[in-house]
Amino acid sequence: MNAVAVHTSRSPVRRLLGFNLLSAVVLGAVGYYVGWWLGHQIHATSLDYFGDTSQNDVALFLAYFVGTIGFLGGLGLLNYPLSRMAGRPASADHHEEDHRGWTRYIGFSTDHKVVGLQYLIGIGFFVFFGGINAMLIRFELLRPSPNVFPAGQYLTLVGLHGTMMMGMMTSGILGPFGSYFVPLMIGARRLAFPRIEALTFWLLMVAGVFLTSTVFYGGFPTGWTGYAPLDDQANMGMDSYIVFFALVGISMTLLAFNMLATVITMRAPGLSWGRLPIFVWSVVATAVLNVLAAPVLVTTLLLVLLDRTAQTGFFLSTQGGSQYLYENLFWVFGHPEVYILALPGFGIVLELLPVFARKPLWGYRLAVAGLLGVTLLSFTVWQHHLFVSGLNASLRPFYMLSTELISIPTGFIFVCAMGTLWRGKIRYDVPMLFCLAWVFNFFIGGLSGVFLSDVPSDVTTHGSFFSMAHFHYTIMGGLVFTFFAAIYYWLPKMTGIQLNDVLGKIHFWVMFIAFNSTFFPLFAVGFLGQPRRVVTYPAHLQFLNDWVSVSAFVLGASMLVFVANLVWSLVFARIPAEANPWEAKSLEWQVPTPVPSYNFERIPVIDSDPYPYGEPAPQMPTPALTPAVTPTGR
Amino acid sequence: MVATLLVIFVLGPHLPPGKGSAQAAGQVTDNTVLTAIMTPIICLIVVYFAYVLIVFRRRGDDTEEGVAIRGNPRVQTLWIAGTSALVIFLAGYGTWALLQSGSGGGQGPAPIAVPRGPKLPVQVIAQQWQFTYRYPTFGGLETSQLVLPADRMIEFHVTSLDAVHSFWAYGLGVKADANLGTDNVVYVKTRAPRSVDIHCAELCGLWHGYMFDKGQIVSSPAFVAWIGQQQKVFRSIAKYMPPYRTSYAPMPQRRAG
Amino acid sequence: MHTGRRLAIVAITAAVMAGLIVWYVAGFLTVSPPAVSPRTTKGAQPTAQLTLQTVAGLGDGFTQPTWVSYLVKNSSGQWKHSTVFDLPAHALVHVTVYQYDGASGLRNAFLARPQGVVGDTMTVDGKTLTALDPEDASHTFAVAAYHLVVPLAAVPDDAKNQCENAPCTLAEAHRTITFSFRTGKPGKYRWQCFVPCAAGFIYGFGGPMQTIGYMDGFLNVA
Repeated sequence: MNAVAVHTSRSPVRRLLGFNLLSAVVLGAVGYYVGWWLGHQIHATSLDYFGDTSQNDVALFLAYFVGTIGFLGGLGLLNYPLSRMAGRPASADHHEEDHRGWTRYIGFSTDHKVVGLQYLIGIGFFVFFGGINAMLIRFELLRPSPNVFPAGQYLTLVGLHGTMMMGMMTSGILGPFGSYFVPLMIGARRLAFPRIEALTFWLLMVAGVFLTSTVFYGGFPTGWTGYAPLDDQANMGMDSYIVFFALVGISMTLLAFNMLATVITMRAPGLSWGRLPIFVWSVVATAVLNVLAAPVLVTTLLLVLLDRTAQTGFFLSTQGGSQYLYENLFWVFGHPEVYILALPGFGIVLELLPVFARKPLWGYRLAVAGLLGVTLLSFTVWQHHLFVSGLNASLRPFYMLSTELISIPTGFIFVCAMGTLWRGKIRYDVPMLFCLAWVFNFFIGGLSGVFLSDVPSDVTTHGSFFSMAHFHYTIMGGLVFTFFAAIYYWLPKMTGIQLNDVLGKIHFWVMFIAFNSTFFPLFAVGFLGQPRRVVTYPAHLQFLNDWVSVSAFVLGASMLVFVANLVWSLVFARIPAEANPWEAKSLEWQVPTPVPSYNFERIPVIDSDPYPYGEPAPQMPTPALTPAVTPTGR
Repeated sequence: MVATLLVIFVLGPHLPPGKGSAQAAGQVTDNTVLTAIMTPIICLIVVYFAYVLIVFRRRGDDTEEGVAIRGNPRVQTLWIAGTSALVIFLAGYGTWALLQSGSGGGQGPAPIAVPRGPKLPVQVIAQQWQFTYRYPTFGGLETSQLVLPADRMIEFHVTSLDAVHSFWAYGLGVKADANLGTDNVVYVKTRAPRSVDIHCAELCGLWHGYMFDKGQIVSSPAFVAWIGQQQKVFRSIAKYMPPYRTSYAPMPQRRAG
Repeated sequence: MHTGRRLAIVAITAAVMAGLIVWYVAGFLTVSPPAVSPRTTKGAQPTAQLTLQTVAGLGDGFTQPTWVSYLVKNSSGQWKHSTVFDLPAHALVHVTVYQYDGASGLRNAFLARPQGVVGDTMTVDGKTLTALDPEDASHTFAVAAYHLVVPLAAVPDDAKNQCENAPCTLAEAHRTITFSFRTGKPGKYRWQCFVPCAAGFIYGFGGPMQTIGYMDGFLNVA
């Protein structure tokens, strides 16, 4: 195999034949059918039940696995490892210097800035489809009796919405903004493992396609939690869920290791841990959660895979296994998972507030302690998802305490945000509006969490729309709002083009109002007795549900305003952005736009934290006297 | 202050899940306490943000920067102490409320909060997709509807024959997951006769959203009469019924074929 | 780039996205089997004659040839593969089920007691019964909203002339079950089978047991 990347000097025909997205799709499809065929060649007594069901799970799993390898091979991801294994010397070409023009965005690229944008577009695409599912769910719930979607299809919609959002948004900040800005913020020229960075992105995209393909295999009825034994009863569409989450788990783990290695080993001189931008701290905290939690998910799904194919009984109580084991393992991953979603949001808010309040971050150490405290505590709370499950009744008080304890470090983040605003000169730009919305939303999300953490109150709110409203306040209100804050804040640097301010403000206000109008009434709906994931509900709850549905449609429409803003600003208006439009003092804004392929001409030396706002002599990062050594060892 | 009083005396009594049982009433009190504690906090935070966002806004194209305050040890210590005290109090209060009688939540086969006195055992059997009920003290009678006597301590035994379900008797403030092979015990003290909405609160497959019904709490004589009537219906199937057990392992145990 | 070309690119992308969305939504909408109207009479006391059959496997010519399923006779007496039935409100419905499948047994024995039907009885091959041996149940017809359950007796495994392909004929081995029930106010009521009859699925409750059109359906009462 040829390890040389595709260059623009080749003719268009030659370029089509190289390692690119086209060959990846072709080889992926070939691999899929090879796996499918292989699966049908396997015969064993324990697999006899396939004959009764005309559903061959082994074949579908193999199709997904071989298809994934085919896709990655076609993309060129295997070239380098294979050539090294064959004993060839490490190639000298610098993948960071990618001359393929725009086509590098649809292929294998090791430039962290390309991968960052790829992540943003890819995740945006799948999240958009996840949002459409939400719209369809709310459409169905316009009427208390079955409306348009049959019960089974409704459950698939619920599952696709939840799983897609959870799976994609776990990398929603670390993928795009972590990849792009962590090296820039710590004064590095690249990430520690550029090839692995590309791999994490493409794994996520493959996973997204696989999950969507569940509609061809009958969907899956379990929601994003995939509880046993329902997951074992399900159609082949369940396999799509399993492979999706497993690939997401692998992608998350690798991405997190990459981030940790980068931050630990590649910080610029002078950038001590006490000067690290708070966003980078949140990336570190999230990455720690990722590497400890995501492997549990991957292993658990492997056991489910074995239950579904090799007829093991890990999660079947009649076979010596236990559905409680699944619930425990899932939430050992699942609860850190929600903090994997929330922590980068904390980081973005605390990173942006100083810029727009023109003040240093208030209580830097407290904020770091908050992030690390949440990281630590989030591994001790998972059984609050099982308060009425009948499991470990004697541990209820402990989990109630640990769950409520986690609000202490979360409170640190909150007080730091409040302190940063005090005596500032607050500028209400679009990113700031989204950050302030986080404060509002997360406050409500946090307070509603108190009801869920309190066992007596949880008895009624558990598994109802109350808990659903709660986690939408923390995840959508907490993560998605900061995701947009990050987009409006950093996209000018990433693309070199300004976003339209008026459309941005319209987007914000419509989204903020519609979001609250959608999810606040759902607390009441849950309190009044509507369980989650139901396709029907009592007639007296119709008004509230209709209110919520209409608000949800407006919320969906606000996303179209955002898309319109992107299209207008990036395709038509194309007004070049200033290098530092927000007058930020952090390192990533000190590099020119567009960011040079090696980020820094010289590696900077850092002599303060990135928030010296309002201080007598602004301490800007100064270039080193001697050119820094380019990191090697690839 | 005013808001807190309003919450306690005006909003409090209307908080869910209502006072259909002692446990439900306990949850209402619990919700009232939580809301009451939150109210002054919400007021303080709202006032703080309203003040800060208006007073410290940039005026015009002012390029002046804010005041470089990097923290305040006293405020930080106070905040940590305050939130910690609050959290410890909440956990303590929640534990106390929980230990009264389990607050209507499923406590599993080894309950930690067992009320004193006589109890009427009622088994809830969840299956895809209906709840049925067994009354072990009435000869293992099984019924397709839930009827309970008023003013009695009920001991629910919730179990499942297949997937995970959750028995949610909303008006009684009862919720307990139903698991195959597990006995999930709940105590609830019924009050006056009324009807109770029952839902499944754990995703259990195709008809999860339709797994609802109405239960009845009736006077003691009406309950006795109803039992007699059900026993007549039950007679023809009685000889085929398995003896009452806290959980069942029905066939097929694995893949049907 | 020329504005016209940009516009064209955006328009094409938008059209492709809209097409994808429509296709995606349509996929979710078009899976329900069509509703079938059985023979009905109108009047002060409307009645309906619902005739069903249950088959062990649909056989050739169906999307899921190995799946167990119900079939229904429409008003002109033809067998249709559907489980969604139109029924009049406040009507007496006479049900006849031709049952062609073997026994799987009920997971909950109690559901072998016919309930929620007129007289709480059913007839099996002409004999009136108030209970069936739960082991001998092949399927049930159950409408939760009416607390209605009727167990359906099984064809013995060694019976000759077993049905292979749906729709089965009366010449093939079968049991005949009849019962009557009353519909209430208009609405959409779900019905299902309680017997774990989905071969190859855990606890017999996957595939056809969780797919509308096979062992689950709706009564559209209007």
